Amino acid sequence: MRKKISSVFIKIILLAVGGIFCAPILFLLSGSVMSRYELNQSLMPLMADQDKLITWAFFPRYPTFRHYLRILFQTPQFFVVFWNSMKIAALTLAGQFFIAVPAAWAFAVYRFRGRKMLFTLYIVLMLMPFQVTMLSSYLVLNHLELLDSHSAIVLPAVFSAFPVFLIYRDFCNLPKGLIEAARIDGAGEWMIFFRIGLPLSSGGILSAGVLGFLEYWSLIEQPMAFLEDQTLWPLSLYLPEIGPEQAGYSFVAAVITLIPAMFVFLAGREYLERGITASAVKE
Amino acid sequence: MEMCSADTGCRNGLISRMKDIWKKNYTKRQNRRRDTPDKSHAWIAFLLPSFLGVTVFVLIPFLDVVRRSFLTAVTGEWTGINNYRNVFANQAFHLAIRNTVRFTAVCLPLLIGLGLFLAVLLSRLKQMQLIKSLFLFPLAMPAATVVLTWKMLFSRQGFFNGFLFSLGILQEGVLPDHMGTGASFWVLVFSYVWKNLGYTMVLWLAGIFAVPYSLSEAARVDGGSEWQIFWRVVFPNLKSSLYTITVLSFLNSFKVFREAYLVAGSYPHEDMYLLQHLFNNWFINLELDKMAAAAVCVGTVLFLVILLLQRVWKV
Repeated sequence: MRKKISSVFIKIILLAVGGIFCAPILFLLSGSVMSRYELNQSLMPLMADQDKLITWAFFPRYPTFRHYLRILFQTPQFFVVFWNSMKIAALTLAGQFFIAVPAAWAFAVYRFRGRKMLFTLYIVLMLMPFQVTMLSSYLVLNHLELLDSHSAIVLPAVFSAFPVFLIYRDFCNLPKGLIEAARIDGAGEWMIFFRIGLPLSSGGILSAGVLGFLEYWSLIEQPMAFLEDQTLWPLSLYLPEIGPEQAGYSFVAAVITLIPAMFVFLAGREYLERGITASAVKE
Repeated sequence: MEMCSADTGCRNGLISRMKDIWKKNYTKRQNRRRDTPDKSHAWIAFLLPSFLGVTVFVLIPFLDVVRRSFLTAVTGEWTGINNYRNVFANQAFHLAIRNTVRFTAVCLPLLIGLGLFLAVLLSRLKQMQLIKSLFLFPLAMPAATVVLTWKMLFSRQGFFNGFLFSLGILQEGVLPDHMGTGASFWVLVFSYVWKNLGYTMVLWLAGIFAVPYSLSEAARVDGGSEWQIFWRVVFPNLKSSLYTITVLSFLNSFKVFREAYLVAGSYPHEDMYLLQHLFNNWFINLELDKMAAAAVCVGTVLFLVILLLQRVWKV
């Protein structure tokens, strides 16, 4: 009995803390339907730097969808930026699918000379942060005249080592006998990859996709360094540029930015967790 | 084949025939095996696109960076270790390194400890899906969408001050700023923990569930307290988790630049000035020689840290 009470107690506390962790979304949602007048009143101390605290109503007194309408019908540049983000994320993920999945297969299935060394190289590359690779990326992009284009963001990301590592983990879990049996039955190497590897490891590939989308949807450092032309910017770089005097607009823009990420998060939660844990389980 | 005169003779014939068939198949299989896995070169086709890309986009340019770290930026003349000397004498570099080290020293134990604590609590509950999702959610929130909320929370007029005020910690009329002062460091720490706690927790949970239940059950039967069971039985089995979690959290700590930049721009309070700020400023000023030397240094240090961790935990 005592154990039961304490477990309910723990649960309530954890739920409360978790709820607080998600609170920013409530600010964004309520701010996005707040009338301009109410927003101004609430945030005035912040905007005019007064010695007064701001106030906030999670249920606005006069909810309105005006900001949404404005962004949908009167702000063409928002669409441009939104599609930039979509394009970057989609192209990167598609490229990774064609590049990283076969590479992971090569590491997981074949025992060739130099395999261990190459794989270690991939792991080291995976662990290097942007600070270390920034200049080298710049040099090659400059050389290939790709700066100030979406390729400057997409191409280096396509060859990222992280998805190779994640998907490799999944391929390794395939029973060896299965591949062996297919070979004895005369299946070619590509046939085995397409008929056995891909379908049985679709979960691992999806995990890499979910983690990848969340990452590429919120890129900041790379576009900041490699995209000067503002019409090429993704949402994650454009959002902070909206001034506080356009609070309504920036709340709605934030909510719209959040929608695809939310969608991927909710639809792929299971794969997200799987992807996270794939990197932790001992080899 | 001749007719069998007796039962035994017939059986012998049958057996030898079966042996023949088996032998034929066996040699066939052997032949086929000879040109399959290890001798086949299919792996080249699978790996080549990726390897070429990595070579072109990472390896060659990085070697170029190493080369450039010994040259002057403008004329490309050989200067030996001058660039390294300049970088190490650079005040901003010192500041960035100090902040980065300080940030890591505060955040890693905090995040790893909190994550473990939550994971242990959570591992005892039956339904934990919802709680896990709530804690993972910040991972899905793009940094850019959080900026507004952070401003509303931590600026002078923000809710955090309101909260302190209602606790009686702040006096009337005193509104400290948490973003333009040394306190901004703690805002950054908070952002990092907020974002990565769910991730760390899920990693710990995976480790905890990988420890065989029979182990802790046996200890329980022997009369160990929950506390003892955790530290003596479960925790020693979490070493490899600790290694991966430390490495991943360490590397994620380099991504906190996003929050720092979004909250405070390119020139934040000096307590929040991170390596990425420094690299960006060098980049804008085209001080590529310093960037090259610093990138080589940071890369080497990270590489050594990872090796060291691996050695320490013997994973």
